[in-house]
Amino acid sequence: MKFDWRNNRDFFAGLVYILTGALGIFMAMDYPFGSALRMGPGYFPRVLGGIMIAFGIVVLLMGIKNNEKIKGFWSIRALFILPISAVVFGVLMEHAGFIPALAALIPVAAASGREFRWLEIVLLTIGLIVMSVGVFIWGLGLPYPLIKGLWGY
Amino acid sequence: MELFNNLLFGFSVALTWQNLWFCFIGVFLGTLIGVLPGIGPLATIAMLLPITFNVPPVAALIMLAGIYYGAQYGGSTTAILVNLPGETSAVVTCMDGYQMARQGRAGPALAIAAIGSFFAGTVCTLIIALFGPPLAEVALKFGAPEYFSLMLMGLVAAAVLAGDNMTKSLAMVVMGLLLGIVGTDVNSGMARFSFGIPELTDGIGFIVIAVGVFAMGEIIANLGDPEERKIFTDKVPKLMPSKKDLKDSFWPIVRGTGIGAFLGVLPGTGPAIASFSSYMLEKKLAKDPSRFGKGAIEGVAGPESANNADAQCKFIPTLTLGIPASAVMALMLGALTIQGIAPGPQVMTQKPDLFWGLVASMWIGNAMLVILNLPLVGLWVMLLRVPYRLLFPAIMAFSCIGIYSVNNSPFEVYMAAIFALIGLVWMKLEMPPAPMLLGFVLGPLMEENLRRALLISRGDPTVFFTRPISLGFMIATVLIIVIMVLPAVKARRAAIAG
Repeated sequence: MKFDWRNNRDFFAGLVYILTGALGIFMAMDYPFGSALRMGPGYFPRVLGGIMIAFGIVVLLMGIKNNEKIKGFWSIRALFILPISAVVFGVLMEHAGFIPALAALIPVAAASGREFRWLEIVLLTIGLIVMSVGVFIWGLGLPYPLIKGLWGY
Repeated sequence: MELFNNLLFGFSVALTWQNLWFCFIGVFLGTLIGVLPGIGPLATIAMLLPITFNVPPVAALIMLAGIYYGAQYGGSTTAILVNLPGETSAVVTCMDGYQMARQGRAGPALAIAAIGSFFAGTVCTLIIALFGPPLAEVALKFGAPEYFSLMLMGLVAAAVLAGDNMTKSLAMVVMGLLLGIVGTDVNSGMARFSFGIPELTDGIGFIVIAVGVFAMGEIIANLGDPEERKIFTDKVPKLMPSKKDLKDSFWPIVRGTGIGAFLGVLPGTGPAIASFSSYMLEKKLAKDPSRFGKGAIEGVAGPESANNADAQCKFIPTLTLGIPASAVMALMLGALTIQGIAPGPQVMTQKPDLFWGLVASMWIGNAMLVILNLPLVGLWVMLLRVPYRLLFPAIMAFSCIGIYSVNNSPFEVYMAAIFALIGLVWMKLEMPPAPMLLGFVLGPLMEENLRRALLISRGDPTVFFTRPISLGFMIATVLIIVIMVLPAVKARRAAIAG
């Protein structure tokens, strides 16, 4: 089979390894290397980076030889929206409190799926909030305000 | 006699109302989440881990162990009822368990799985109690070179035996080691790989990686691949196995336990290998092998006992040596560390209540599993009907609350979101994330021991080969690699995996 880099699973996996290893070595350049007797903070990372690149080359060659394709599909929608839901949660936890954070997280996360039914999501959100407040705030005693005052409390 | 006293002490710790309660909560939550299709034990534990941080260490570990068995057993329930394995070891259970369910015998299949697991759990509790202390005694004599070699062996074994592509698994171990470097270097006080971000000078929390990759990343991957589910039982199935079922299952359970216990002690051999081996053995020993794959109860009894035995014996290297033998155990060790307990052979002598309490609670947890699961099958069946579109926002909510609660830090939640994306790329490129987690947890320890070993030997790297125990580990490491590269083994593994 002729080599084709598009969708080539191991070709890209190899690239990821090589780039990670290279980044590790590059960043560790600033740390003193030391000697085997007195290892500096740069010793272990640089050695590991080298090993990583070696593995990466092997995997990359496997990709060129075997041409295995990436299986399955990507959900571009989930790829963007799901991480955003986590960020929304983090921001609101800091500034608005436990209930608003969950009230935003759950519908936003749900929006990354293929189906979105309003009534269902509203009920799910209310149910999960009640359960979470019960389990985490009352049950486990986590010290988070349910709703923070909007003006600096 | 000492064993008896120790176990008695353990039960006195585990049988307090508080610890019993946490054991129950652990088993219940573990099963609850483990039943959900597409969520394996690793993701379940990662997600539930943070809620154990607010309880005392002994209770936390007891609860975690409960979560672990619960998740494992929950996976079997899903395999039997929906033919959807949550993890590789449940693939075997699918073969005959699902066929039994189709023939209306889901009840006996579930019951035998629970009984087999309970038997295996009982035997393995005894094994840990028997072999734990002497092993820890040996380990107490280890110096830095021995520890380094042992960790190297553990990591290589875990990577090589677990994944189907050796190179990629080993590379993922290195990936974990590199991620473990992020943070302040203990020896020089220098911040490494921190990208100038102050939060990163404390290192990346292992909860962040575990939940980000195994819970959130998994969701994104699942949303890309549409899934189909069909549940065969409409009503709560009749549970009681017949006398014949019990008779047919007895020896498979005993043999499965043996296989699982033996393989469990070795690092890296996941429960999948144990259940496959048990299945193969039962098929070979059967008078009529053609029944297998068509609902033979031996095909459920053996492998289910084997994977539970394996899961439980994995605690032996973890508790006595401080070396996790699987990714799940790496999570357990991480939990210990967060509780302020340095894992290693000294745990047994310094914290006997923790060790023996945990051992006793393993047995209690297994007993609870049987008591809890048999009457609750109806509830699990109901849960299986909840569509994924409602499940994943809930998983997301628990994951976020969990991560946030570790350090009350929104930054860690953002980091988890980044790791979800990284994890997705890993999964899509079939770069196995489990060995990464092992490398990540062991990384700092390995560097520390490497430095110390070379300091003792005045920079002479042969120190790893001149001390007999260390040499033994090094030889074992090389042997593991050589054996796995041999063509005959490779072909067999391919046949099993295929």
